[in-house]
Amino acid sequence: MPSVVSLDRVSVRYGRQWALRDVTTEFPSGAVGLLGPNGAGKSTMIKSLLGFVQPTQGQMTVLDLDVRHSPLSIRSRIGYMPENDGHIPGMNAVSFVAYCGQLAGLPRADAMQRAHEVLYYVGLGEARYRNVETYSTGMKQRIKLAQALVHDPDLLFLDEPTNGMDPKGRDEMLELVRDIAHNKGMNLILSSHLLPDVEYTCDHVIVMDKGQIATAGPIESLKGHGGRVYEVRVKGECDTFVAALRGAGLDCHTSEEDVMRVFVPDDRDAQYLFRVAAEQGVQVRHLRASVPTLEDVFARAVGDV
Amino acid sequence: MSPIHDQGYRRYGGRREPEGRRWWVIARAGLMARIRERRVIAVLLAAWLPFLVRAVQIYASANFQQVAFLAPTPEMFREFLGQQEIFVFIVSIVIGAGLIADDRRANALQIYLSKPLTRVEYIAGKLVTLGAVLTFVTWLPAMLLLILQMLFAGSTKFLTEHLFLIPAITLFAAVQVLVSAFAMLALSSLSKSRRFVAMMYAGILFFTAAMYQALRQITLSTAWAAISPRDTMSVIADGIFRIQGTRAIPFPAAVVAVGVLIAASIWILERKVRGVEVVT
Repeated sequence: MPSVVSLDRVSVRYGRQWALRDVTTEFPSGAVGLLGPNGAGKSTMIKSLLGFVQPTQGQMTVLDLDVRHSPLSIRSRIGYMPENDGHIPGMNAVSFVAYCGQLAGLPRADAMQRAHEVLYYVGLGEARYRNVETYSTGMKQRIKLAQALVHDPDLLFLDEPTNGMDPKGRDEMLELVRDIAHNKGMNLILSSHLLPDVEYTCDHVIVMDKGQIATAGPIESLKGHGGRVYEVRVKGECDTFVAALRGAGLDCHTSEEDVMRVFVPDDRDAQYLFRVAAEQGVQVRHLRASVPTLEDVFARAVGDV
Repeated sequence: MSPIHDQGYRRYGGRREPEGRRWWVIARAGLMARIRERRVIAVLLAAWLPFLVRAVQIYASANFQQVAFLAPTPEMFREFLGQQEIFVFIVSIVIGAGLIADDRRANALQIYLSKPLTRVEYIAGKLVTLGAVLTFVTWLPAMLLLILQMLFAGSTKFLTEHLFLIPAITLFAAVQVLVSAFAMLALSSLSKSRRFVAMMYAGILFFTAAMYQALRQITLSTAWAAISPRDTMSVIADGIFRIQGTRAIPFPAAVVAVGVLIAASIWILERKVRGVEVVT
């Protein structure tokens, strides 16, 4: 699968703090999730690709164009939905989006027509003549998506697109993102710390932690690592039980309170867990077979969440 | 074909404008937004009142012998542009203070700079927005006065005798516009509040003028005029309009002072107009 973005040994430093450290990765075409806890370097990576931040070292290409040498050609082919609220003061939605279209190179009449179309598409058709400053948080998220879409980019960067949205708005936004990626043939990179958002909208994931790539690949293959996942709750010395499981080569992550998720390889089964528990003198109070989720991938890559 | 219009997302296959013209999109939008504001219209109308007074003066001197002493001279055009400085100041505050400050407040810089335009184009667009309005209250009325003089006098004698007035008006108006626009944009890029920017601009102008007067009294030297943009501009105006007399500082020194002010403004703009503000 061809890559739309590639980074080769890219490092970014803010003062003494490394935001990205020697990152080498490729984003395949389609919908790719950029996942990681806050401060992992996701936004820095996007801002570096946009040319906002100059890397200390390394090379980056977007759509086969070098970021350092062709920033304008790249920006004419990408759309960027920033994490923070952002709008042009004093404009209503349709003027704002049309203005963004013109800034991206669309002729005036085409930009206005596209503005109406994308505002309907993102669900702001009825509110398109309202001043953007009067919009709710959810509406501001939608208009940021509209301004990123108006010039019909080949690649979309979405930085935390569901931030501050209520559950209904969030579902609608995710549905839009999914539709863009899967039905409109647009490549997108979705940066988020929310696992369900990435799992719902993306086919690939790149997990970041502390400025480095923790793991990367198609979500399905990362989830299906062979073996089964069990939710386990025990009574007794939980720490000794976890240590024994890890000593036996099993992945084990605590997810909430005393419930843990244990990855059991194909050559072993649930009986093995009972046996280890008996050896460690703990009681198994709850054991349920589960399916691997992106949360498990994330936990394995980054650590307990 | 479906009878219902598809309101879903569609790909765009139309024409795209070449790069390098985005500054005009910014300037046009900025101008259109400003001239819709009532207070801007009020300021612009007020800024043309001195033009009306001067037009009446030229008409009267050309048609009534009793007031022939009011006939225009090159000094009159220099005085006119000097009088317009108050409107240059007001227009700079009313229009210029929010040009970048408002964008910073609304996080618009990241929107602008994620589009295919350079920081230079962004600044040029803002500069043209303010510069065009400043030109409207300086160069345009001064040139119209020159044309009116010809029309009312019914001859081109005055103009042919003082042909240097055309480049002089153009050059001094350009200096006025560039100095005010660059200084205001630089200040506007330093804050998210247009009120604070307006106070800074007024404060700097008045403070440097007062400082010059105080230092002149203390040191008995007029060389301190270089720290006051208002007094420096006065020296430049006298030089351009060939007004004889003593000047606070030599003309080349005034030009250098103005150059330093513009260079400092460009340096501030280069540092502050960025897609992301990195705080380390």
